[in-house]
Amino acid sequence: MSVFKMSKTLLKNIFHGPYTVPYPVKKKETYERTRGKIGISIDDCIFCGMCERRCPTGAIQTDKAKTSWSIERLKCIQCGYCSEVCPKKCLTMENQYTAPSYGNVRDEYVKCTNIQSPGES
Amino acid sequence: MKEQILKEISPNDLLTEIMKIKNDGYRLVAISCTNKNGMELTYSFDKDYELLNIRLITDTETELPSISILYPYSFLYENEIKELFGVKITGIIPDFNDNLYKIPVKTPFGVNE
Amino acid sequence: MGNRTIVPFGPQHPVLPEPIHLDLVLEDETVVEAIPRIGYIHRGLEKLVEKRDYQQYCYVAERICGICSFMHGMGYCMSIERIMDVEVPERGEFLRTIWAELSRLHSHLLWLGLLADAFGFESLFMQSWKLREQVLDIFEETTGGRVIFSVCDIGGVRKDISSETLMKIRTVLTEMEKELKETTSVFINDTTVKLRTKGVGVLTKQMAFDLGAVGPMARASGIEMDMRTQGYSAYGKLDFKPITNDGGDCYARTRVRIKEMFQSIDLIRQCIDKIPGGDINVKVKGTPNGEQFIRLEQPRGEVVYYTKANGTKFLDRVRVRTPTFANLPALLETLKNCSLADVPILILTIDPCISCTER
Repeated sequence: MSVFKMSKTLLKNIFHGPYTVPYPVKKKETYERTRGKIGISIDDCIFCGMCERRCPTGAIQTDKAKTSWSIERLKCIQCGYCSEVCPKKCLTMENQYTAPSYGNVRDEYVKCTNIQSPGES
Repeated sequence: MKEQILKEISPNDLLTEIMKIKNDGYRLVAISCTNKNGMELTYSFDKDYELLNIRLITDTETELPSISILYPYSFLYENEIKELFGVKITGIIPDFNDNLYKIPVKTPFGVNE
Repeated sequence: MGNRTIVPFGPQHPVLPEPIHLDLVLEDETVVEAIPRIGYIHRGLEKLVEKRDYQQYCYVAERICGICSFMHGMGYCMSIERIMDVEVPERGEFLRTIWAELSRLHSHLLWLGLLADAFGFESLFMQSWKLREQVLDIFEETTGGRVIFSVCDIGGVRKDISSETLMKIRTVLTEMEKELKETTSVFINDTTVKLRTKGVGVLTKQMAFDLGAVGPMARASGIEMDMRTQGYSAYGKLDFKPITNDGGDCYARTRVRIKEMFQSIDLIRQCIDKIPGGDINVKVKGTPNGEQFIRLEQPRGEVVYYTKANGTKFLDRVRVRTPTFANLPALLETLKNCSLADVPILILTIDPCISCTER
């Protein structure tokens, strides 16, 4: 009877156990290429504003005078275009995701220069 | 890929042209509208992977006959163009009277900024 | 004449992955007419092309829809390439084909799962999606995204797949093919599945042509139409034949999609065997000027990309005619004279993708 076509698969599954990952206990591994979030090594940044102009969603803001670079995490679509056009290659795509959050979060990075004290901004 | 043919016609010849195309056994692929220098409507047809485009230029004032009497499944395209661009297409079966999409702005694609 | 009632179907319904609304006019238990109402997720992405330059729009194009994501990006890139006369390196074309076929595989598996879910075969649904997970893992490993790849670029692709990874994909697919055979044999042979799908929603060849059906919907009615035979990308160098079935009912559509999955696996294997070395992309300079129609075969059928450029970096118009848009009239026709209980299955067999439809 072809009603029992599925039985073989089902039996196999019973002996195999779950195929899923018990999430909070064990996390799924990410790959090297996984597009998680954009990271910046702020000391290399020259604040040219290339990433700001190229970002399809306008998530990035740079300020040359204040030497600051900021990104709105929820606006970012993880396309990686900014890291591709960055002339100093200081933007990287990290393979860990941003933590969940309520509301808009703007992560700001400020480059410490001799003129400016690190605590400012 | 096979050749793409583009033929420009006047809006008055629309139905006669499309009648000819239908009799030749073409399938309607898409109706596209572009809003630059007037409303530019392109009717695309396919037969054995050959793409035939019929183009006409109209505006939002002139009434344009619907081709849904010849190609019944054109109604979605025509309703869409009527709603998004504001081209006055008359006699679409069934006519959704600008209620196909749920949009707050009237003819959002029809305005040039 | 029986009692006429109107049953609103959707936009929220367990069987619908995306919102579409149908007003079903019923006579007793039989559907007499169905009136669609779309527009719950219209985002105006076609208009956005006037605000984003043609290179940024690559990322917008692939976000038109999650399931056909890669092929949307590919279609857009191909149309710009055609306008600008850019020749994509052969390796780039092959990589695109591999990702496109993997997309088809994952889309069909998703659809099989949803179909099983629609007729209440939960374990079969889980089984299909378990298989799909492996494809998604390949995506994540090779492109970085599970659904949105962001690898297609004007002039080629952004990321290369190393030969070790290609071999790994091959092994994964061989393993998967065995499991796939087991799962799909349930769809083909199981009595309960047959009872729900056989003879339901028959679309004859003539009807399918008259209603402008595309993709698996048309092929299941015996129309041999597959844009891949036109040899875009690397398809010209691969050996395959469009899969058709004369049944025209839900069962035939299921069979066509199942066979297409095995065909996809075969095509990926051919690609892995034939993939040449060399560059994966070329640098594109300047701005496009001109217009172009591009047609591709998506998992759901033929998609039309119309791009019009004016010599600046902002395009005049991008128009996407998606397969579901073309298949909706056929769906409305098959809904006539079916029983209310069959409506969910009928809606699913066109493999509706509403995000694509409304853009």
